[in-house]
Amino acid sequence: MPPVRMRGDGRKAKNPGKTLLRLLGYMRKYIPNLLIVLVCIVVTAVAQTRGSENLGTLVDDYILPMVASGSTDFGPLFRYLVGIALLFGAGMLSAFLHQFLMVTVGQGTQKTIRDEMFTKMQRLPLRYFDSNTAGNLMSRYTSDIDTLRQMISQSIPSCISSFVTLTVVFIAMLRASWILTIVILFTVSAILLVTVKIVSKSSKYFIGQQRSLGALNGFVEEMVSGQKVVKVFNHEDANKEAFDKLNEELCSNAYTAGKLTNMMGPVNNNLGYIQYAILAIVGGIIVVASGGELLTLGNLMTFMLLSRTFNQPIAQISNQINAIVMALAGAERIFELMDQEPEVDDGYVTLVNAKIDEKGNIEECAQRTGRWAWKHPHQADGTVTYTELRGDIVMDMVDFAYVPEKQVLYDVTLYAHPGQKIAFVGATGAGKTTITNLINRFYDIADGKIRYDGININKIKKADLRRSLGIVLQETNLFTGTVMDNIRYGKLDATDEECIQAAKLANAHDFIVRLPDGYDTLLTNNGASLSQGQRQLIAIARAAVADPPVMILDEATSSIDTRTEKLVQDGMDKLMQGRTVFVIAHRLSTIMNSDCIMVLDHGRIIERGTHEDLIAEKGTYYQLYTGVFELE
Amino acid sequence: MLRRLARCIREYKWPTFLSPICMIGEVAMEVLIPLVMADLYDYGIVEQNMTVVVRQSILLVILALCSLCFGVASAFFASKASTGFAKNLRHDMFHRVQNFSFSNIDRLSASSIVTRLTSDVANLQMSFQMMIRMAIRSPMMLILALISALRIDVTLSLVFCAALPVLILALSTLGPIVFKIFDRVFRTYDKLNNTVQENIRGIRVVKSFVREKKEIEKFTDVSGSVYKDFCKAERILALNSPIMQFCVYGCMLAISWFGARMVVASGNNPELGLTTGQLSSMFTYVTQILSSLMMLSMVFVMLTMSRSPLKRCYELLMEEPDLVSPTENAVAEVPDGSIDFDNVSFRYSAKAKHRALKEIDLHIPSGATVGILGVTGAGKTTLVQLIPRLYDVSEGCVKVGGIDVRNYDLQILRDQVAMVLQKNELFSGTIKENLRWGNPDATDEELEHACRLACAHDFIVSFPDGYDTYIEQGGKNVSGGQKQRLCIARALLKKPKILILDDSTSAVDTRTDALIRQAFREEIPGTTKLIIAQRIASVQDADMIVLMENGMILDAGSHGELMARSDVYREIYESQKKGGDE
Repeated sequence: MPPVRMRGDGRKAKNPGKTLLRLLGYMRKYIPNLLIVLVCIVVTAVAQTRGSENLGTLVDDYILPMVASGSTDFGPLFRYLVGIALLFGAGMLSAFLHQFLMVTVGQGTQKTIRDEMFTKMQRLPLRYFDSNTAGNLMSRYTSDIDTLRQMISQSIPSCISSFVTLTVVFIAMLRASWILTIVILFTVSAILLVTVKIVSKSSKYFIGQQRSLGALNGFVEEMVSGQKVVKVFNHEDANKEAFDKLNEELCSNAYTAGKLTNMMGPVNNNLGYIQYAILAIVGGIIVVASGGELLTLGNLMTFMLLSRTFNQPIAQISNQINAIVMALAGAERIFELMDQEPEVDDGYVTLVNAKIDEKGNIEECAQRTGRWAWKHPHQADGTVTYTELRGDIVMDMVDFAYVPEKQVLYDVTLYAHPGQKIAFVGATGAGKTTITNLINRFYDIADGKIRYDGININKIKKADLRRSLGIVLQETNLFTGTVMDNIRYGKLDATDEECIQAAKLANAHDFIVRLPDGYDTLLTNNGASLSQGQRQLIAIARAAVADPPVMILDEATSSIDTRTEKLVQDGMDKLMQGRTVFVIAHRLSTIMNSDCIMVLDHGRIIERGTHEDLIAEKGTYYQLYTGVFELE
Repeated sequence: MLRRLARCIREYKWPTFLSPICMIGEVAMEVLIPLVMADLYDYGIVEQNMTVVVRQSILLVILALCSLCFGVASAFFASKASTGFAKNLRHDMFHRVQNFSFSNIDRLSASSIVTRLTSDVANLQMSFQMMIRMAIRSPMMLILALISALRIDVTLSLVFCAALPVLILALSTLGPIVFKIFDRVFRTYDKLNNTVQENIRGIRVVKSFVREKKEIEKFTDVSGSVYKDFCKAERILALNSPIMQFCVYGCMLAISWFGARMVVASGNNPELGLTTGQLSSMFTYVTQILSSLMMLSMVFVMLTMSRSPLKRCYELLMEEPDLVSPTENAVAEVPDGSIDFDNVSFRYSAKAKHRALKEIDLHIPSGATVGILGVTGAGKTTLVQLIPRLYDVSEGCVKVGGIDVRNYDLQILRDQVAMVLQKNELFSGTIKENLRWGNPDATDEELEHACRLACAHDFIVSFPDGYDTYIEQGGKNVSGGQKQRLCIARALLKKPKILILDDSTSAVDTRTDALIRQAFREEIPGTTKLIIAQRIASVQDADMIVLMENGMILDAGSHGELMARSDVYREIYESQKKGGDE
């Protein structure tokens, strides 16, 4: 049994029918399994029904006649019981087979959906990640998939088997007495009415419970992670008070929801007993009044026995319906992700290994040469031209908006020649990071052109474009694995030697060898055991091992101590040598030697030039430099 | 351990007690009802005796109604008791956490505290309800059904004795195996979630290094092993139901066979032995006994699984707050803002070899401004955290206003020592609400005054909602510099005798930084100010600058003095000057 998890957000599916069909599509490859399961369900249901009829047959056909005749020949009874035993055996076997096969179906479907969802997620544009919180995305992998699996492996089979039992019993009941069938239909619908009422009421409180649970858990998370601030401000009592209020609210919602859920069982059971009494009286009256005309005694007896197996599957189905509705809501969220438009990539210019002969002719080759070229096929005449990868970037009148109504960049034009260092400065939200997001096509520009070595980047295959760009992001993200694994992330086929070389270049080597297991130290939880600065050094090494001609460096804003900062700075400086570099600066000290500094304000480049030019200009940069404005 | 948790029942004793009672009532009815139904069938329907039919039917309805009442009441009490228990448990735990000191929090870790307060409690709530419902229901059902069966016929009841060992053996061998596999599955499952989480968080890294394929491979790998393990566990679990059925069906067949012989032998005469009616009741008891056994094994599994949340919650409840106010003669007033460190040493845990502070001697007069410099890990933060007694010294003593901090009432001391932590936190709520943490009774004028001192007023009023701007969790919607200034304003509102800024202006530009310092000098001259900084410029004009390294004070003095005598200080000064940051 999995540990308790939050189940969805209590939303209902918008289009349950379509979602269900699509879900069934995933189970197509298990059709043989499912067919066998279906047979198993029928066998089990028959065995169960026969089991409950067993007593009647035993008494009526064997015991009473034997008692009446005084015979002591147990042979027929034995043969009958052997037959029943075989049926039971078949029932057992099929129950086992059913569960055994459904494991593969449930888990298999879950795995397929999970893998497909992850694969799809990797291809989604960044916009999608901007508009969905991590928690929101995570819940699809956890609670949504989990409810889905439960639905596939439990709810649906149990519904089907209930339905089969119901049909078998219903037909038998009809055969026994149509009058009593009408009666039981009335009583059953009355019971159903009560059940449905309880279910719908409880689901209302259930949603309330989830909501207050969310509120309480959110509060706990926020306050406990800020507990030190709470202490410093003597805010404990106010906290306790606020917590108690939320706690009280959760308790009252959970109480009502729990009460209603707990009530379901007794209500169903006992109304079933009352139904039995009603049937007995009504049936008895009919038998006596009609003199066996409308209903024989034997039929009444059979009917009474059958009625006891009739309510169970109905209760079962009404229980499962709720679970299915919830699972479908989860499935809808999963499909919502899968149906997202993936990142389009219609680039056809690719990056290839190249040889360059004395005359400067570029030739493609299979093995790594350390030189790269853009392979540019021309559709018009079928020829292919090669352009050497140099790292020349031009932006021409670029406009951009993350959301249509709010433009972020206006007419941005800039030139970065191979080996140049271009820096961006400006306040938060001025558009610095946005520019770099456009170069590697995390987002596509609205208007204007960006050229890489003279080629419009829209024509370049995204994977190749990104491979030619190295990025050190403001926020460092490391992956679970060893330090070596994390550095090698930049170039999967890098040797240990290359990785260590890169670490040395990034000034990371010294601290890495001092770690308990050196390069084999396992990093978990985004490298939580390392300091902020150390994580940055690893990120720099990771970019260094990739050795791309163009680098984008987004400086971290968080404060690190002066010595580590100097190390990071040196590392970055070494990384920059011989490359075209875009630097997003949060400290002016790091960019003074740039070939060109762009001062951004509200999406426009308002000043550009070298440090000396800009200081002489006495404009915004000068004010930033003299500390009048805040950078970040 | 259980006793401590049972204390959380408190005002819900009655429901906790009544729920099982009602459950017993319901079970009793459920055992009685088959008897009535058998009579209704045997003597009423079979014999076509309408009076018996009506009489037994009415009896059946009455019993069913009783059972319904018991059932609903038990549902009611069980829910009341379990949610109440959870509420009290959460209450106790949260209140406990509020009394924790910094070292308690360090030891348990915030994220683990959150887990304990959320999913662990939810787990225990379920187990608790299970205990007062199922754990009562199943044994009761077992006992009552067994008694009834024995009353009907002892020999026939022996059939159960044959079935019991089979069932118990099967369940007890399967249980641990499945348990072990599930344990492993959940660990793999965590790995899966971890991979997803890393990818969501680091999607930019994945995309910029074009590592989508590698990540998908990694994920498919893990999801493959989750699939394999889960399948294995569930397949073993699938054995459960056939085993159960084997027992039920086996008992049924045995009872059919032996029962039939007995009925025939007695000639269906109640005087002589078993009757058909009794035989049919026997069948009902078979199902009841075996299903309650099944239920019992489930209860057992559930309770075993809640062992670790139980332990974790208990651990939290039993964690003694390291720091408590002195119980008697607590000093209720801080005379002034002077601070004295007398030969103070400190280690974060009693077992730690490494001393975070070593023999510190430092005396700060009331009203002074002190700058503290040093690299990460030099002990700056540790040093200042001892002043509001967030940690207790290991050796020596810290005095505020000439009195050992351990003699103060904690609340009074912390009210007078305001500290802006390095890891600033704003909480979800409006700016006003956040500021009022400093002083709940502060007037709007006071708020504004504090914000002006902290240079926060201007940017606050530039927001469309001004002081009523809603701050998102963690203060995500204000910039780092803005957040820091709000935190300073919040601390100022306490009107403290001592103000500590732990690297609290790192994201504030130098000019604003200077303005804030100027405001401190002019507006709160009587307050002792301790400023931890990375930039010398931030502390250059302080009365005293303390230079720390390796938990020791390397040197202390004014900027001029240190420039004159400390090489280290000069080196830092030069490197920052050269950076041109100023």
